[in-house]
Amino acid sequence: MILALHQPWWISAIKAFVVANLVLGGFAYLTWLERKILGRMHLRYGPNRAGPFGLLQPIADLVKLLRKASFFPAAAVDVLYVLAPVVAGFTAIAAFSVIPFGPVWHWGDYDVTGWVVNVPIGLVLLFALSSVGVYAFVVGGWSSESKYSLLGSMRTCAQMVSYEVSLALSVLGVVLMAHSLSLVDIVERQQATIWFCVPQIVGLITFFIAGIAETNRAPFDLPEAEQELVAGYHTEYSGMRFGLFQTAEYINMITLSGLAVTLFFGGWSGPVLPGPIWFLVKLGTFIFFFMWMRATLPRLRYDQLMRFGWKVLLPVATINALVTAVVVVAVG
Amino acid sequence: MSPQPIGSLKGFAVTLRQIFRKPITQQYPEYKRPVYPRFRGRHRLHRYDNGLEKCVGCSLCAAACPADCIRVVPAENTPENRVSPGERYARIYEINMSRCIFCGYCELACPFDAITLGNEYELSEYNRDDQIYTKDMLLAPPVKTVPSADAARYDTPEPVWKTSA
Repeated sequence: MILALHQPWWISAIKAFVVANLVLGGFAYLTWLERKILGRMHLRYGPNRAGPFGLLQPIADLVKLLRKASFFPAAAVDVLYVLAPVVAGFTAIAAFSVIPFGPVWHWGDYDVTGWVVNVPIGLVLLFALSSVGVYAFVVGGWSSESKYSLLGSMRTCAQMVSYEVSLALSVLGVVLMAHSLSLVDIVERQQATIWFCVPQIVGLITFFIAGIAETNRAPFDLPEAEQELVAGYHTEYSGMRFGLFQTAEYINMITLSGLAVTLFFGGWSGPVLPGPIWFLVKLGTFIFFFMWMRATLPRLRYDQLMRFGWKVLLPVATINALVTAVVVVAVG
Repeated sequence: MSPQPIGSLKGFAVTLRQIFRKPITQQYPEYKRPVYPRFRGRHRLHRYDNGLEKCVGCSLCAAACPADCIRVVPAENTPENRVSPGERYARIYEINMSRCIFCGYCELACPFDAITLGNEYELSEYNRDDQIYTKDMLLAPPVKTVPSADAARYDTPEPVWKTSA
């Protein structure tokens, strides 16, 4: 069915351009929204000075970051130091390309798909890109030639590698039920049967917790740990290089929310409203939950983080995958 | 680490509830919270009712200043040029506001109550040179004023060491 689509390359190019810019623009205004929501949860107003309701705040922040001096430590490893934030930003934006946000539309002779690319191994590609993103964090901290950055990047690396295992295992159940690694196929399978959040509730919970740790969000934001450690791998970064790291982390959160919607909540499917609207509504709900969690839960200790990751999350995710496999085989 | 799911859920409810309440932030430049009457802000130099300056240029304030931010250069009063009632007056009286720590020791040290600390706290400048307040500036009433709470309600009575002298 996918092969029969008549979609010339320029439609894909336009879609890729639009999606990449939508993700970046969405990121900018999500920072505003997050600060607003966190503010209201703290009985504050949040940003309200730049423009009406502080709506120009992301633009002001961007201009500030661009105009700031990009400090370059004398001992830093030249190429890697500059390249690390670029890689982080690129992988974060690229990972979003495999997430479907709508069905196929037919416009005259052309078919416009609601996804940028439909890779048969979309899920693997997404995890691979996020793993390359981990390299950026590690290399960025190492190439700064600062012991604090190095320790910070070690901390980040250990956390992300530990939780990546649980993250990948927790979606195994979904893959087994959908018989496919393509995210489009997974959504279509859910339309045909049932949203996977019902049979895969354990998978959803483990995926969500591992995802929070993977995107370095509170209560697992130890790589940054603003209040007690100030910063981690990006200690020596400033200006837009620092901004790119933050952008990458934030877009990773959007991508992960999109992935959760796609894998467990039927992606773009929903009654009455068009697909992209449903996708955005579900995505927004997830992102709100991320912000809500940041306002509520205190940060874990590092040993708690490691113990939870290896002794609780990983066994649960493994057992969930095994049980799902047995049931799928037994049912047929 | 004992998991406490009920407690965590309660916490989520608490944070969600706050969204619907009115923020308690006081919007500063629009609303200025009144300071207490004895709040120590920008300095003032005072004159007697007949227009003579109270300051006699004794430099006790400069001696008392822990931040060493006061500079006093005295000069002799003459019958033609009488500035203060005493023998001498302060020809130059400067306070470097970027160093001042607003401790009020100058006020305590002054034998003639010539210098007091007012309530004004909006003292930012774009230039460090502008932070040096000259005698003319200190003698004139402050350009920016801030609201002050009712003195009768908050202020303590005149201290004994001032009234019994």
